[in-house]
Amino acid sequence: MIAELLPLQLTPPADLFPNGLSRYAVGGLLVGLGAVVIYLGTGIAAGASTFLESTLSYVSDQSRFQQYRASRDWRVVFTLGIVLGAAVYAVVWQGGAWTTDVQAWRLLVGGVFVGIGTRVGKGCTSGHGVCGVGSASKTSIVGVVTFLAVAIVTAQLVSALGVSP
Amino acid sequence: MPLILVGGLIFGFGLAYSHMARPEVVLDFLQFDDFGLLFVMFGAAIVSGIAFWVTPRLRERAPLTGDTYGRRLKSFDRNVLIGGAIFGVGWGLSGICPGAAYASLGIGNVTILWAIGGMFAGAYLQGVWRSQRASSGTTPSSAD
Repeated sequence: MIAELLPLQLTPPADLFPNGLSRYAVGGLLVGLGAVVIYLGTGIAAGASTFLESTLSYVSDQSRFQQYRASRDWRVVFTLGIVLGAAVYAVVWQGGAWTTDVQAWRLLVGGVFVGIGTRVGKGCTSGHGVCGVGSASKTSIVGVVTFLAVAIVTAQLVSALGVSP
Repeated sequence: MPLILVGGLIFGFGLAYSHMARPEVVLDFLQFDDFGLLFVMFGAAIVSGIAFWVTPRLRERAPLTGDTYGRRLKSFDRNVLIGGAIFGVGWGLSGICPGAAYASLGIGNVTILWAIGGMFAGAYLQGVWRSQRASSGTTPSSAD
């Protein structure tokens, strides 16, 4: 009876977590733990995006890249660790390789923007998002809010234009 | 170095376990179809936040490097907003960010090489531009 009196827009809320929470919560704790292990041993608050520039220092003499010479070796090791850690998950839990259906042009063009943006903006989702927010850095919080807001608008626009996947 | 590798392993395993290494899952989050990714970011930030807060109070220097424990603080300027916005466009378009892209390669997603190639191209363009701007003020640019 009461249900009939309710206006139509009060239909049950869409499921906010269609895939449950545990995979996200456990995964997030592990991502944080990985950063903490490195921090405890070395004092380094690691980010993933400087790897791009530090690795370019092996092949380019540009002054911008050379300033990352000192860190480039451990950054390669860090990145190899990320790839291997994900591979362990793929072999043990995922049961083989998984590939995306997102179109190549989206990955390529998006990648170029990500590459420019993280370097201009001093960090990415791990540097600003995990270590920076964890440090209660105002710069990082502003950075995260900025890229999150723009990313949401972009993704909604792309989806509204009918681009899928 | 072995410790960095172990840290990277846990970091990458976490990204794969959370499915953040899958662009589709990130795009679902940005389109408000699945809010689970909030738990990845904030879960990770809370764990690192506790460590960044507690560790400097317990000891002064890191055992392996002798570096003092500090927080990750970067100066704020207009670039944080500009770069953040550019990053946001890329993230929203592709569903990929640097750490998750490396992890995505690990879960066998070879298609992600498009994004990794794009990231290197973008970082290279930005680096060349920044290098040339830095040198043009002091010395006349060489022929390279």
